[in-house]
Amino acid sequence: MTRKLILSSPLLEITISRLCQELIENQIKDTETVILGLQPRGIYFAERIANELGKQLNTSFPVGRLDATFFRDDYRRRDTIAPNSTDISFLIENKRVILVDDVLATGRMVRAALDAMNSFGRPAKVELCVLIDRIYNRDLPINADYVGKSVNTLPTEKVLVEWKEQGHEADKIWLITQ
Amino acid sequence: MLKSPHLLGIKDLDEESIHLIVKTAKEFKEVLNRPIKKVPSLRDVTIANVFFENSTRTRLSFELAEKRLSADTINFSASGSSVKKGETLLDTVNNILAMKVDMIVMRHASPGAPHYLAKHIKANIVNAGDGTHEHPTQALLDTYSLQEKLGDLAGKNIAIIGDILHSRVALSNIYALKKQGANVRLCGPSTLIPKHIQSLGVEVSHDVKSTLEWCAAANVLRIQLERQQIKYFPSLREYSQFFGITRKMLEELPKEIVLMHPGPINRGVELSSDAADSPHSIILDQVENGVAVRMAVLYLLASRG
Repeated sequence: MTRKLILSSPLLEITISRLCQELIENQIKDTETVILGLQPRGIYFAERIANELGKQLNTSFPVGRLDATFFRDDYRRRDTIAPNSTDISFLIENKRVILVDDVLATGRMVRAALDAMNSFGRPAKVELCVLIDRIYNRDLPINADYVGKSVNTLPTEKVLVEWKEQGHEADKIWLITQ
Repeated sequence: MLKSPHLLGIKDLDEESIHLIVKTAKEFKEVLNRPIKKVPSLRDVTIANVFFENSTRTRLSFELAEKRLSADTINFSASGSSVKKGETLLDTVNNILAMKVDMIVMRHASPGAPHYLAKHIKANIVNAGDGTHEHPTQALLDTYSLQEKLGDLAGKNIAIIGDILHSRVALSNIYALKKQGANVRLCGPSTLIPKHIQSLGVEVSHDVKSTLEWCAAANVLRIQLERQQIKYFPSLREYSQFFGITRKMLEELPKEIVLMHPGPINRGVELSSDAADSPHSIILDQVENGVAVRMAVLYLLASRG
């Protein structure tokens, strides 16, 4: 098994800053936009995005955590994954939702998240922001609107994201080859 | 992941599994507070609720939990069925399974009935109460409700007061509480406390007042007259005099305690009305948590396929 570092500080901060610039360019407003981080690891990326956006626009955006475990399409087809908490303390009805996740691969988790989100209302618009886009790995017709880095990977390879918030020494994104 | 494909009792459940069920239930409670309270997880699962004994709360709670998980459900009650014509338990259940049912939620008057079924059939089995033996989902929802109020239960003093002898809720709760490291004291007339129950690591008392002073939470049980073939005490009135809990008793305690009851309450017997409706009581929280806990149990069991 080999592991290759594909993204870390300071390039990671530059990437986050650039993604925020793109969001601002697309005219996001704190009054009508909410940010939803996807459990388990998208929540850390969502916090970073929200902080950076807050700094650049001198305001704050509501951030929530969405867990889509109960909406997965592989339930009873693989070992159960214990659910994580969902914490959305605002309404998403008629809001512009920026769905944030660390890695986009098959697109199945995003599909589940879109379903899970319906329980909280009907958003006006949903956009997807991911840190790593594993192109050519998609099982579903889903694409991200904002991409930190595109990586061409084999299905046998894995992208591992380590955040400081999880107790790691530094933020590192690895490509693992079995 | 749970180690067994069935939930037959708390006795065979390890602490890790209790923890997993409670953690999952917490997430389901959040789901139940959403504007849309339904998830699609069990959409390809069919569950039969097979009740050979009467039930209000447990049956409604299971049924609602199943519907919130998008499962298909069928209901069976012994009254008005072919059981009256002499059909055996195994034949009845096998006939239900022939209709492509994946899970059985069963209540039965005979202790061990779900264990017997588990040996002979393929579906997942959830014990919804077997005679005077166990009522695992009640103990799990009691654990969850207690944890909400008291946090980690290790080292906490919990009392179970009333008809311990005929109570499946008492036995399941003793197992669950001991596995989590709580101190358990049983209180009731000596005729209603099983002999040798101390071998489960519990204390026994016959004095309600000192028990209430000792505990952080009291789980009060109903006198199960329907299971009593002989007289265990002179009269309900006398029982109520010695073992009934009133609001005045709760207010005179040096600290605030949590009051629980698995239902149905016999107001004026084990609990006075003002005690049952007092701020100490979490009886309706228990009912609310029951749906979330049963969703967690069904979700975790069905995931094994």
